[in-house]
Amino acid sequence: MSFNLTFKPYGERSVLIEWPSVISEQILEDIIRFKTAIEEKNIKSIVELKSSYNSLLISYNSICRNFENEVDMLKNIYFSSKLNNDMMSVLWKIPICYDAFFGIDLQHISDLTSLSKNEIIRLHYDAIYTVYFIGFLPGFLYLGGLDDCLKVPRKATPRLKIEKGSVGIGGNQTGIYPSESPGGWNIIGNSPISFFDVTKKVPCFAKPGDKITFQSITQKEHNDIKLLVDAGVYQIESEVIDG
Amino acid sequence: MVEVLKVGFYDSIQDLGRVGYQQYGVPYSGVMDCYAALLANSLLGNDVNAAVMEITMTGPTLKFHCNTIICISGANMSPKLNESVIENNSVIQIKKDDVLSFGKLSHGFRSYLAVFGGFHTEKIFDSMSMYYGISKHFKILKNELLSISDNAAFFNKKHASIKLKDSYFDTKVVSVFKGPEFDQLSEIHQKQLFSQEFTISKNNNRMAYQLEETFSNDLEPIITSLVLPGTVQLTPSGKLIILMRDCQTTGGYPRIFQLEEKSLDIIAQKYTGHSIQFQLIS
Repeated sequence: MSFNLTFKPYGERSVLIEWPSVISEQILEDIIRFKTAIEEKNIKSIVELKSSYNSLLISYNSICRNFENEVDMLKNIYFSSKLNNDMMSVLWKIPICYDAFFGIDLQHISDLTSLSKNEIIRLHYDAIYTVYFIGFLPGFLYLGGLDDCLKVPRKATPRLKIEKGSVGIGGNQTGIYPSESPGGWNIIGNSPISFFDVTKKVPCFAKPGDKITFQSITQKEHNDIKLLVDAGVYQIESEVIDG
Repeated sequence: MVEVLKVGFYDSIQDLGRVGYQQYGVPYSGVMDCYAALLANSLLGNDVNAAVMEITMTGPTLKFHCNTIICISGANMSPKLNESVIENNSVIQIKKDDVLSFGKLSHGFRSYLAVFGGFHTEKIFDSMSMYYGISKHFKILKNELLSISDNAAFFNKKHASIKLKDSYFDTKVVSVFKGPEFDQLSEIHQKQLFSQEFTISKNNNRMAYQLEETFSNDLEPIITSLVLPGTVQLTPSGKLIILMRDCQTTGGYPRIFQLEEKSLDIIAQKYTGHSIQFQLIS
């Protein structure tokens, strides 16, 4: 499937490619297909490729003197690349403790949605989420697939400090803070998993197109897993799924 | 080794930044004023990517535990070597136990200290640039020992120095390209952005410079998308935000401009209360 893409120069050294302005898995697949095809060409002048919900940004190592030429070359790659059937995505099973000790905004969400705390927790871990891209903070996964019933606005005033591992809901998004940070999302739990590892060449285990599901754990299990994670021996449960 | 006797307002080690890790959410970082850092490195014959110390507003006091040569470029903070005044943009010989200090800021905002061969601090993801959560700390700490090479061989070398026009410190003009959402602004708003001056607010740092004036607009919000250092965002409440080297990899506000790269150097030498005027590159 081909989309009607727009190509725009972005500063002196980058080209921004945009898909229709909607969040959809078809667009995500198309972005990944195009990004992979460009990467496979090993074009030396390209130093950075990054994607978001509906765009791909390509940065070159020097000023693009002829924007039209670069665009023609990219269009050729787009139209000649085939759907990659052997593209492997992974389903990651992420433990989360939804205990009130961590889930400091569960009551607030319950008040807003008229759902019980247990219903909120179940709706959150029953879903399978799609990783769209990584951004905002090192290792922060943008996830799609939050149940409509759980959509609640961000807090009017962001908190100055949100703990590492906090699981939040803001608008139609859910996500996990990979490091301590200020933030405006409603916090419903905490994951002991590390989402960003500076000691690894590829610092994030998940990539765009992967799936995430959550498993509810007790506070004791959270403590135990955290010990294993800190010791560098915890293996995240995962399974390979068809692309 | 260089020992940090006293820290300044905000000192950090920076090179040209981290390239290739944006897809993991890792900012570029790197020197805010590339021109000044390159100049200091070039005068010493260093590699363009050699790590320098970026010094903001007020300088640290540093004691050298070895011989080397140094060069300071960018903002003028009245540097002194053991109580004698030294010049920016000239190669200075350093003997073991010399103490480098800084005085009053007279021009610009960020100064760059290059040492022969560069600082040898921890390299993470191919870069020594300090950044919160990536390097052990995000700025230089008091009593820290920074590794540099001992070079006794320079004692008979002639001083190299260069006289420069520091005109980029004084210019208000910031050259920009259209950003992805620029064309969604009304024609009146587009013209207005180039006819008025903007003031840098107190919210300015390595991540972003927010501007004081409110620019009311009716841009539609965008789905979280990609940004770069030099992207100018316009918020629904009318705030203009210029993203700088430590900016996040993604953002949700409409992107109205993208700065020409050398305009980032111009902004890096400005701070609270300074005015700027955008000029469109056609």
